[in-house]
Amino acid sequence: MFHRESGYYKTTYAADMALYPLPVARWTVAAIALLMCAAPFFLHEYYVSIINLILVATVGALGLNILVGYTGQISIGHAAFMSVGAYTAANLAVRMDLPFWVTLPAGGLMAAAVGAVVGIPSLRIRGLYLAIATLAGQLIIEWTINHVPWISGGVQASIEVARPTLFGSQLKTQFQLYWFLLFFAVLAIVGTLNLVRSRIGRAFIAIRDHDIAAEILGINIFRYKLIAFAISSFYAGVTGVLYTYYLGIANYEQFTLITSIDYLAMIIIGGLGSILGSIFGAIFVTLLPILIRLGMENWGAFLFGNTDINNLIPNLRLIGFGGLIILFLVLEPEGLNRLWRNIRNYFRVWPFSY
Amino acid sequence: MRNLKLLGALAGAAALAVSASAFAQKEIVIGLQCDRTGPTQTVGVFLCPGYHDYIALVNSKGGVGGSKIKALEIDHEYKVPSAVESYERHKKEGAVLIGIYGTPQTLALTQRLTEDKIAGTSPGFGAAAAANGDRYPYIFPIAATYWSQAAGAVQFAKNKLGGSLKGKKIAYLFYDNPAGKEPMPVLEALAKEEGFEMRTFAVPPPGVEMGAQALDIAQRFRPDFVITHLFGRSPSVSIKEFKRVGYPLSKVVSFVWGASEADIQAAGGWAVAEGYNAIQFAGVGSDYPVLKEITEMYKKQGKPAPKEMASTVFYNRGVLIAAVHVEAIRNAVKAKGGTNITPHDVKLGFEQIKGFSLGGLVPPLEINNVDHEGGGWVQVFQAKGGKWVKQTEWFKAYPTLLKKMLATGG
Repeated sequence: MFHRESGYYKTTYAADMALYPLPVARWTVAAIALLMCAAPFFLHEYYVSIINLILVATVGALGLNILVGYTGQISIGHAAFMSVGAYTAANLAVRMDLPFWVTLPAGGLMAAAVGAVVGIPSLRIRGLYLAIATLAGQLIIEWTINHVPWISGGVQASIEVARPTLFGSQLKTQFQLYWFLLFFAVLAIVGTLNLVRSRIGRAFIAIRDHDIAAEILGINIFRYKLIAFAISSFYAGVTGVLYTYYLGIANYEQFTLITSIDYLAMIIIGGLGSILGSIFGAIFVTLLPILIRLGMENWGAFLFGNTDINNLIPNLRLIGFGGLIILFLVLEPEGLNRLWRNIRNYFRVWPFSY
Repeated sequence: MRNLKLLGALAGAAALAVSASAFAQKEIVIGLQCDRTGPTQTVGVFLCPGYHDYIALVNSKGGVGGSKIKALEIDHEYKVPSAVESYERHKKEGAVLIGIYGTPQTLALTQRLTEDKIAGTSPGFGAAAAANGDRYPYIFPIAATYWSQAAGAVQFAKNKLGGSLKGKKIAYLFYDNPAGKEPMPVLEALAKEEGFEMRTFAVPPPGVEMGAQALDIAQRFRPDFVITHLFGRSPSVSIKEFKRVGYPLSKVVSFVWGASEADIQAAGGWAVAEGYNAIQFAGVGSDYPVLKEITEMYKKQGKPAPKEMASTVFYNRGVLIAAVHVEAIRNAVKAKGGTNITPHDVKLGFEQIKGFSLGGLVPPLEINNVDHEGGGWVQVFQAKGGKWVKQTEWFKAYPTLLKKMLATGG
């Protein structure tokens, strides 16, 4: 509608391999980047805090999507890897007084190591059986953190961490933390974009589509499945570290099985095997309860009494959430990302669609 | 001309609307977190209505200092990201204090509350160390922490066993999570001080299977008293199991989250649980003047009393939390001489709470800038003849020991 895709000729390999080959795509990305940079200056702190939560969730959803969406290995232990990252970073930050640019990769690497170990069963089993094996990983990690005071810091199994310091000043407010989180979220997005079109990413996709065929093609399944688990857990670990610095505390009770399932919901709703889908999913799952509440607060009073509304909002959210997951699975298994592509394709040649 | 008139009328209406909203802004806003759908919803569905009913009662009497109070409830489903979002929303709405709900949520918000200088209450949640106002200036447990409950349970056992625990055996049956393990330092210190033998029995989550532990306690360890600290569905299972293995329930005392009517019903009814003791941080039963006032208020509106009132344990806790919040706001308004109070005023208001009891529903709390718990008062109730019967008056146990432990951080 707004642009033409014909008439752009690529004369170099670099141009052919560019992430965004069309100028319009580059302009869109630039516009979004500009918007993200300008947003915190105009938005109220409350809205910045919502974006912060979305940014953290995006990193976690991307990680899970690499494993589930791209490699086809189901995991319901994602939240446990977050807690591994969180406690690693918290221990390093408190005991050895290390700055975030050391603890953050360290937390990610520790989670990657643990994730690779938990991923070993994936070599023999797949599907539902693998899901149960990762569930065991989730429970074992929870148990370990709960029972080893050396990791969890003893009473109440939580470690208080000072907020990140950058160039001598502490990042405290939502506005300051926004830049901290945005940086890592963008890094995660760009990293994933490049990962999935690399040799490793293509191997992941081959394994997802048919692992025996992939093996015959010469892909080392043992290696790539473990790499997938390690990379996915690395993202999870970083998510955990980001939460730790954002909240100022590492506490495993926020990384329970329910959190793992929340992240699965994000990538299912957003779109399996899609980066944009992970972002859509993180936005959707974070915003849905907020929007339902806003709607009920503003218009619910016409239909229901005051006391009923307080009861209704949370239940409506549960019903809405469950209903939407079913709706997506039935109507659009490829999620929000596919919906977005359908809309885009429709308008691509609009109004002369033939 | 006609258009102009219309415009004038519109402008007038708009001005009226603006002034009305300006008037409405004079409300004092409280941020209330709740969980009516998550893992702890069995508590939330009773506690939060109790909270709102007390606020409505205060408002029906004209509010505080002429201002109405608005409790903005946000349900976070016991999730930390939602709790963070709800906190920022409350802050945006100008909340003067936050009623936090849930232990992970309390921990996650502690640093933010301190930075923003807004007081948050965590009755029955969070770390016991938060009672230390020097270390956590903006966290107010306002009710007995697990440490105080542990001390209370030992004191109760001591009284029941004839005033001495020397050479006695006490079993501690707990839910195997951080909250379940928190009281252990206190119990260990008391075991040393009082000379009793303590053994711990962990119940792994989700805590619906404890046949082995109950058998172990009743037939191998044979303790003189059992202290239980369980959550969710597991207290009812513990009652059933103790009944099955033949351990007398009158020698069992539970912490506050295994102490509701719902637990008794889930265990098979009052006849099964006869004799079971439970610690409470709010008065239990409907025999309090404030509850009658709430019923009256509903009657005046032509409505029956809310059905949530039947669960007196959780409902009354909601009323207690609301009452302490309102008392803090009242103190702040009094000190400021007006209703334009800041969160910091309310924090100071909390630290002046003293000598209000709401007809016995609230313990004689004395909160100051060091003690944010208010003394650690508890009361023990026993399941007897189809209802909770008061066993003791409000008491605080081993205050010197707890004070010492709080100062050193355990």
